[in-house]
Formats: sequence, structure tokens, C-alpha cells
Amino acid sequence: MRLVLEKRLEQSRTMVVLTPILSVIGVMILGVIIFDAIGYDGFDAVWQLFITPVIDTYKWRDVATKAAPLILIGLGLSIGNRAKIWNIGAEGQYIVGAISAAGVAYATQEMSGFWIIPLMLIIGMAGGAAYAAIPAGLKTRYGVSEVLSSLMLVYVSVQLLSYLITGPWKDPNGMNFPQTAQLTASQLLPRELGETGLPPGLLFALVGMIIFAIIVDRTVFGFSIRAIGEAPQAARFGGFNSNRIVWAALMISGGMAGLAGTLELMQLTRLNLGYPSGYGFTAIIVSLLGRSHPFGVFVAGIVLAVTYVGGQVAQTVVHVPNATAGLFQALILFAILASDLFVRYRIKIKSSVAEIRA
Amino acid sequence: MTNGARSRDGIARLELRGITKAFPGVIANSDVHLSVKPGEIHALLGENGAGKSTLVKMIYGIMAPDSGSMMWEGQDYRASNPRAARKQGIGMVFQHFSLFEAMDVVENIALGLDSAISRSALDREIRAVMDKYGLRLDPRRIIATLSVGERQRIEIVRALLLNPRLLIMDEPTSVLTPQEVEDLFVTLRRLASEGCSILYISHKLHEIVELCDRATILRGGKVVATCDPRKETPRSMGEMMIGSDFADPARGPVSNAGPVRLAVRDLSLPKPDDFGVALQSISFDVHAGEIFGIAGVAGNGQNELLDALSGETLSAREDVIAIDKNAIGRFGPTKRRAHGLCAVPEERNGHAAIGNFTLADNAFLSARTRMGLDPQGMIDRTGAESFAQTIIKRFSVKALGPRALAGSLSGGNLQKFIMGREILQNPSVLVICQPTWGVDAGSAAAIHQAIIDLANSGSAVIVISQDLDELLRLCDRLAVINGGKLSASRKVNDVTVDELGLLMGGHHAATPTSGEHHAPRA
Amino acid sequence: MTLTFLIDALITVIGITTPILLAASGVLVVEKSGVINLGVEGMMLVGAITGFAVGFEFSDPWIGVGAAAVAGAATSMIFAVLVLSLGTNQVATGLALTIFGIGLSSLIGTNYTGFAALPFDPPFPDYLAQDPIGRVIFGHSAFVYFALILVFAIGWFLSHTRAGLVLRAVGENDFSAHSIGYPVIAIRYAAIAFGGAIAGIAGANFSMVITPLWAEQMTAGRGWIALALVVFSGWRAGRLLAGAYFFGVLMTLELYAKASGYAIMPSQFWAAMPYIIAVAVLAFISARDGRSGKEPACLGKPFLPNG
Repeated sequence: MRLVLEKRLEQSRTMVVLTPILSVIGVMILGVIIFDAIGYDGFDAVWQLFITPVIDTYKWRDVATKAAPLILIGLGLSIGNRAKIWNIGAEGQYIVGAISAAGVAYATQEMSGFWIIPLMLIIGMAGGAAYAAIPAGLKTRYGVSEVLSSLMLVYVSVQLLSYLITGPWKDPNGMNFPQTAQLTASQLLPRELGETGLPPGLLFALVGMIIFAIIVDRTVFGFSIRAIGEAPQAARFGGFNSNRIVWAALMISGGMAGLAGTLELMQLTRLNLGYPSGYGFTAIIVSLLGRSHPFGVFVAGIVLAVTYVGGQVAQTVVHVPNATAGLFQALILFAILASDLFVRYRIKIKSSVAEIRA
Repeated sequence: MTNGARSRDGIARLELRGITKAFPGVIANSDVHLSVKPGEIHALLGENGAGKSTLVKMIYGIMAPDSGSMMWEGQDYRASNPRAARKQGIGMVFQHFSLFEAMDVVENIALGLDSAISRSALDREIRAVMDKYGLRLDPRRIIATLSVGERQRIEIVRALLLNPRLLIMDEPTSVLTPQEVEDLFVTLRRLASEGCSILYISHKLHEIVELCDRATILRGGKVVATCDPRKETPRSMGEMMIGSDFADPARGPVSNAGPVRLAVRDLSLPKPDDFGVALQSISFDVHAGEIFGIAGVAGNGQNELLDALSGETLSAREDVIAIDKNAIGRFGPTKRRAHGLCAVPEERNGHAAIGNFTLADNAFLSARTRMGLDPQGMIDRTGAESFAQTIIKRFSVKALGPRALAGSLSGGNLQKFIMGREILQNPSVLVICQPTWGVDAGSAAAIHQAIIDLANSGSAVIVISQDLDELLRLCDRLAVINGGKLSASRKVNDVTVDELGLLMGGHHAATPTSGEHHAPRA
Repeated sequence: MTLTFLIDALITVIGITTPILLAASGVLVVEKSGVINLGVEGMMLVGAITGFAVGFEFSDPWIGVGAAAVAGAATSMIFAVLVLSLGTNQVATGLALTIFGIGLSSLIGTNYTGFAALPFDPPFPDYLAQDPIGRVIFGHSAFVYFALILVFAIGWFLSHTRAGLVLRAVGENDFSAHSIGYPVIAIRYAAIAFGGAIAGIAGANFSMVITPLWAEQMTAGRGWIALALVVFSGWRAGRLLAGAYFFGVLMTLELYAKASGYAIMPSQFWAAMPYIIAVAVLAFISARDGRSGKEPACLGKPFLPNG
């Protein structure tokens, strides 16, 4: 008797939807074991981390606020994932997007008008897209791996941010703290949408989800993305230009990261050293957990936002260090990657006697 | 038909009894008996998909049979892995070489050996073997610069260094020029005369008649006959191999060729990368109703030529390629399709089609322009599915439906689907590279007929192939591609196999700076 | 520019280069086998905290380094199982390993923040390192000498031994190697474990010698530089050595610029320099080499023996 992995003839639809769910549950169980081993109350820790943010309505706003940028960046990344273009440096584009929008804010701090906010959003997206254009150009012209180039640029963007907020853009009224001046009223979106208490970013995420779903499933462009990711030579045979797709994928994810950065800037009302929050990296997990599909990314964004909020809760209640949230996010990523096996393969139990006769 | 371990001439070197092997969905070998004597050149004959490769993989220890037994010189034999098989004295030259492009000949051979040996000692041994068996090769060459025929020599030297008692050759001649085939036969006969047994896998009937002492014929995984090729004819063995009389595709006489539909003038392109071949001033015309063949051994620029014609590689000037007088040299594949040019690349899975995509998606991939499946940049799913369904029906593709994954189809069926997809787009010009490579006989015949029908309807068809038989049967005119250059074209009736062989073997697909020249062949 | 200044600068360069050289050496072996493990940064951090913590608990830094190597190798096995036996995507899995390593090291490290590491005894006796030249040659930590020996050993292993040839073959064409009969998966497991162990030692270098304390994410992206280094060394050990020292010089420049006040440019510019230069060199090298086959042909591709 032995277990054999048999390749499926068709990817299992049920498994595609089931595996993310199973992964999260599996990690939760693993979490209980790990925390117990280290000396905390495992069950309580996992409960606070995963469940409390979901059932405690007061936490929903926090979850939504954190989910919005994760979803937005994740949507952009999912396009690249399908094309096997790995924009690991989305964090850098997120930062540069916020910097670009902050630049507009700096230039318009004495002005007012309805046009300022849309301008900030557009420039923020453009900034992120432009920053992503660097790895795109390097890849298409020189064949440089976008993984390494986009990642190096993250560190550069962090330094750029640090320079700007300790230098030219430092808040004159800020008592020499490294931060920009606060955004003015005409530069801020309302923190909450009406009575719902939900942040505006979530609305953007919802709209984005719908738009991306149409692009991915229904357009020729979406088809070309999938083709390039599966078989680049066949995609070229089909008439799709792989260079153009590299540019498009990176700039779309850069633009989305820039948008997320701008919205986050408006939530925080100013830039400071704590701004790089790692959303760009977590969004990679979001896009993979969501199986690079817009609906999945939306849900996955919420799940990972839960772990962020839950991490803070667990720190307060169970006294586990904040770093555990990151640890769990990594475990979720491991789990979803490993569980992909079940989508492509079936487990069969074979007896050792040959079953088939001539 | 089957002998016991003792034959009239003594103990068989290798004997298989009742070998059976199954995979999900297919029985590769069923109750196979095989017996090879010492010093015998034994043919293993069968069409693509008959189970020959699977059988020898089990002899060589790459996989184990589900049931049955193997005997080596009367003793039980089981190889758990290739190393054990080599220890036993079995050498194998695969159809697909296990070579490492960036390394040189000596390193590649060293990797094929089972124990470490100093580089200088190995160099000496290699030269000794090459001298003894008449194989020519410079041990310091990097594999990437070698032609296919030269690469095969490395595989042969690797096998011979182990002093095998049984040498298995898997479809060795499909990549050789006619002259190289003769050289190979000389080497094999010398080996056999020294007592080494040779198991020669092929589907090339006239070669088997020329070379082999005995033949075992496989069809559908079963042994259908064992015979002495010297007493048979290619036709009689062909009938045993295929099982029924396939009608030879009907190619009526081509009266007057119509107007020129495809004109290629001075097509020159640099090497796509270090391992490719540069195209040099290729020029030819193809008329309506004509089937134009391009012969050549693999690695002489066929794929580069196909990419240049299909539009995957753009030409320097637009007038280099013209369809029905329209200059299309600077157009990509989509625009070329709009102008009536369709193409079928050599690689089925990964180039002509995407294995993980459905047949409907694969139909969309190439046909969306000519079949109007992409209105305003959106995908017409229903249209794609119904087109795929039409292809499946008209070309008898064995598949579960338009939603089946392309990768789940057999080679022959996928090729039929791909051919059907292009033909049903009604192209003015169709370029095909290796139309029946690795395809079972039934599908191959269907594909040939489809090509003929397309030409008869007025399109211009270009067939690039390594299989001279196929080209001679199908084409009206032929040219030979060699080192990126195209010979002048000749009418099929006016040319001999020998002439073609000379053109094919002219010089190798080495890089222009390789500096190695071959003496002109007699 | 006094001699003392130059000597000090040289010693700093050598010290700073060493962990990058170590990490890059490990990466080289792994990539030669055809696998790209982006989790270097994570494994280095795990090694850093393990070396620090174990060395502290046992009051013996050597046991700490040993533990760091074991921890690095063990962490790399998570990656190896996923990528080799379950066939997951190498880029995503490596990234997950980095995030995991960051999180795990932070978790373990919360109990050790602010403590000082135990000093290592220098490998050479003090009297050799008295005069300036002596200091440059004999005055370094054991890590420095280990790194140099390792690079040469790896270079020789790859080009002159049969095992190295087989490793290169596996990275060049895994399918062919498998057809001939080599255990591709086992070889890759071994390579990944080796890379993990070396990454762990590189991390320990940070936390036990360079800045002898533990701080979250103290490797500050050096792991990524090591990955870039391997690319633009063309997967050759000799060039790796040169490239690593080049980056060591750049990073030393950053330190001196900040400290001396001769910065001209703001300090952030110097901090960003190594990364900008890394990207520029990547572009230059990739443009020059193109697809010339210096990269192990199977790099990053999963091994699928059944087609």
C-alpha cells in the first residue's frame, strides 16, 4: 500500500477555492501548537489573533482600514503574478506614490479647491507607476530580474523618504520631528464614509475588485497575461508582445501601490519615518492567498488585515510580541503554496499488486 | 515466435517475457516477449505510440515493469536504475540526448560515466574509442556549438566507453543526413561483429531491411510479429506495423501553379541568441495550390525561419516578406494572420498550444483575429468554444470537448487540433514545421490529407520537415535549408535522395566562428 | 589620509564584506544546482538571533556559531521541502521564507534585545597583530578567514571535482542529469542545506562580531545584495570575491560619510548607494552577457521528471 500523487487532467475547481480556506485553518491550528510550545496560552493567542477582530464590531473599522491598501496593492500584483512577473518591490512603489502625492500637497498647501484631491490621487498613482517603470525598463531592455531590481529600489525609496521628511519637506511647526506638515482640509478625504464608519479606501478596493475582475476574465489583455505566464513562446505565437505586457503588469501594480500609498497618506494625514508599513510585502501574500483572482484578493486582504489587527490585540491581551503577526502571515503563505499541490495532483492509494491486465 | 532462454544458437543475451506496463489512461506495453542474441542487430519496430520507448526504458532501469520477467544470459535480470543497467553491460543512446549545453565534450562524457576518472585519462580513452569506431569529434568543443549529428556521436562514445554487451539505440537516424546514417551503420556493424548485441528502435522500414538481422514488431503495446527483415519487404513489415492498409494520401497532379501567394526576398536575420542560427538571404516563392517543402536536419535554422515567417521575429524591412503582393515584413503575428498567413510551429505544447489552457482558449489564441472572436478587446467565449468544437469534429480529434485541457490530448490528437485550427481559418498561406513529428500513423495520414486538401483549394502551403519521405510524398517543389541558407528549389520529380542528402549535410549548424570544417563528402 | 586611517578603513572594509561574501558563497552553490532561494535574508536573521542567543545561554560563542549554522540549515529545509518535494514556486516560497525568518527572529529576539554579545577570541595570537600590516593580515575575526577559505574551496570544488561537475550538471539540465541517473532532488536538498548553513553563519557574523548585539532586521538587506552579487559575478567564485569587496568599499564609504561630516550628499544618499549601484551593475552585466548561458540554465525552474 502506498500513497501516490497522480497528476489531474484538469485543475480541481473545488480545491482552488478550498485550499486558501484550509490553509488559514491549518495555520490557526499550527499556531495553537507553536504558542503552547513557547509558553503562551496557545488557544487564547490564536483566538485573539484571528477571531476577535472578526467578531468584535469595534475592530471592524481597523480591519477595513488595513485591508484597503492590502487589497489595492494585491489587485495590482495579481496581474503580475499571472504573468509570472514578480513585483517584490511593491513596497517601494507604495512609498514613492505617497511621496508623489505628498509633493502635490506640499506644493498646494496654500491653495484650496476640489481639484486637489483628484490631482493627488492621480499623481500618486503616476508616481508609483513611474517607479515601477524602472524595473520594467531594466527587464525589457537588459533582461535584469525584476525581483532583484524592484527589491533594491525599495531600500532606495526608504532613504528618499527619510531624506525628504528630515530635509526639504520637514514640518516647520513640527518641533523638529522627522515628518511632513499635516495635510490641509482640501487635501484629505473624509476619514469615514458617512454613517458606515468605513474608510474611503475600502470603496476604492471594491471598485477596483470589480474592474480587475472584468479585465482578468473578459478581456483579451487578461487572456494575454495568463498566456504569457503559462507559456511565453505560445503567447508570442498568439501575437502578444511580451515586452508590452511586462511594462503593463509592472506599471499597473506600481500604480495600484501608488494609489494605496496616497490613500494611506490621507488616512495618516502626514508622512513620517514610520510610514513604510510593509503593506507592499504583505500584499504579495494577499495576492497569492487570493489565488491572483480579484474576488479572492479581496477576501484575502481582509484575512491578512485581520492578522494585523489581531496581532495588536494579542499583544495587549496575551502579551505575545507584535512580530508574531508577521510570522503567521509567512506561515499562511507557506500553507497556500504547499496546498497548491492538491489543486494540481490527486492523492491515490495504490495496492502493490498490478491492477491492470492486458 | 517466442524462444526459450536457449535458442538454436545458444543463450539469448537479453530476453523479456510477459512484460506489462500501464499508466493512467493507457496501457503502454502488454505481455511483451522479446529475445536478442549475442552479436545480433535486432530491430524494435513500431509506429509512434506503439510502446517502444517505454519498453526500453524498463530494460535500462528507468522504470520498472508492472509484471513480467527479464533475463540476461539466462539469469534473472532486474535493473533498479540506469546505473545498475550500465553495470550489467547495457548501454543506451537516447532519442533525446542527455547533454549539457554549456559544458564541453569531455565533461559531458564524464558525466555519463559512473566513476570518477582524471580528465587526461578520459581524453585518451575518448580518442581511442573514436578512432576505433570511426567517430569524428573534437573533445574540447562546447556542446552548444555542435550539430545534432555530432551530439549523437557523444552519446555513442559515452555508451561505448562502458564496453557494453547490449547497445540500445532509440530512433537514431531521424536527426541524421543520409550520409551520416551510412556512417552510423558502419559503426554498428563493427560493434556487432565483436559480439555486442544491438537493439535498434525505429519506424524507418528501409533502414531496418538494410541493417537488421531480426525484428520484433509492436503495435498498440503488444507484439504482433517477429520476423527476419532480410526476408521481408518494407511494405510487408509496414503492414504488420500499422495493421491495415492506409490509403496513401492522394496528391493529384498539379497542373499549373497559380499566382505567387508568398514571396520571400533576401530574408536575413541575426542569431536570436548564442545557441541559434542566423538566416542568410533566404529567398523563395510559393504559388497558389502548391506545396513547397523545406528539408533539412534539425538545427539548421528551421525554427528561426518559421518565427520569421509567422511574425514572431520581425524582419528588417517590410518588403522582405509579401503575401498576395502585400508587404508584411514588419507586421507581428496578429497582423500577418489578418493578411492571411497562418503558421504551425514545431513545438506542440508550449509554442503552438498551451497545455494548461482549454482547447477553446487555444483556439482563441491563434484564431481570434480571423474568426472575429475578440470584438472590442473582449473575449467571445461562446464563439471560441463553438469554433473549437468545429475543429474537434471536422478533424476527428479525440478529446472530451472544447473545455478539455490541451495537455490532456495525445500528441497526434493535439497536432490534429492545431492543424485543424489553422486550416479552418482559411489561410492564404500556411507554414508548417514538422507536421507529423512524434505522431501516430493514423493522425499523420489525416494531417497529410488535410494539407493536400488545403493546397488544392488554392492556398500556398510550406512544409518544413526533417522527414524526407514525408516531403517527397507531399510536395511539389523542394529546397534544403542548411546553416541558415536555403538552396535553390527543385521539382520533386527532378531530385534524388542522394542530392538532397548532400545539400543537407553541407556544413553544420555550428556558429560561424567555430572554425571547424568538414572535408567535402564523396 | 594617514596610513592609520587607511589601515582602519581597510580593516573595516574586510569586516563589512565578510558576511556578504559568506552569504553570497552559499547562494552560489545553491544557484549552481539550479535553485533560487530568495530566503537568504530570512535565514541570515535566524542565524543571527540563534548564534547570539545560544552563545549567550551557553556562554560560548563558538557553540553559538555552530547553532547558527544548524538553524540556518534547518530553516532552509522548509524551503527545500516545499520547492523540491511539493513543487512550489521558488520565488514566492523564498520570499515567504524571508518573511518567516524576519518574524521568527523577531519573536525569539524579543528576549535578547539590548544585551551584548560575548566576544570571540581572535584566531591568531595577539603579538602578530601589533603593527599596522600585522593587523590587516592577522587581526580579523575567524569569520573573515573562514569566508576567504570558503570562497576558494567552493571555486575549486565546482571546477575541479567530480561532485562539483555533477552539481553544475544538475543546474544546467536537470532532466538530462536525471536521465543519466543522478539523484537531482537529493543533490538540490544538499545544496540548499549548505546554503542555509552558510547564511546562518553569515547572520551570526552580524550579531556576534560586526555589531555585537541583536536588533530586529539587523541584516538590513545585505541578503538581497548577496543575491545580486551572484548574478553579476556571472556565477563565478573569483568574481564573487571581487564583487563582494567592491560592495564592502561602498558600504564603508557610507559609514565614513556619516561619521566624518564630509558627506557632501545627505547621509541617506550614501545609505542608498549600494542598492543603486547594485541595480546599475545588474543592468550593465545583463546587457553585456545577454543570454550567453552563464546562468545555470535550470535556475528557478521546478524539476518535473515526468514531463
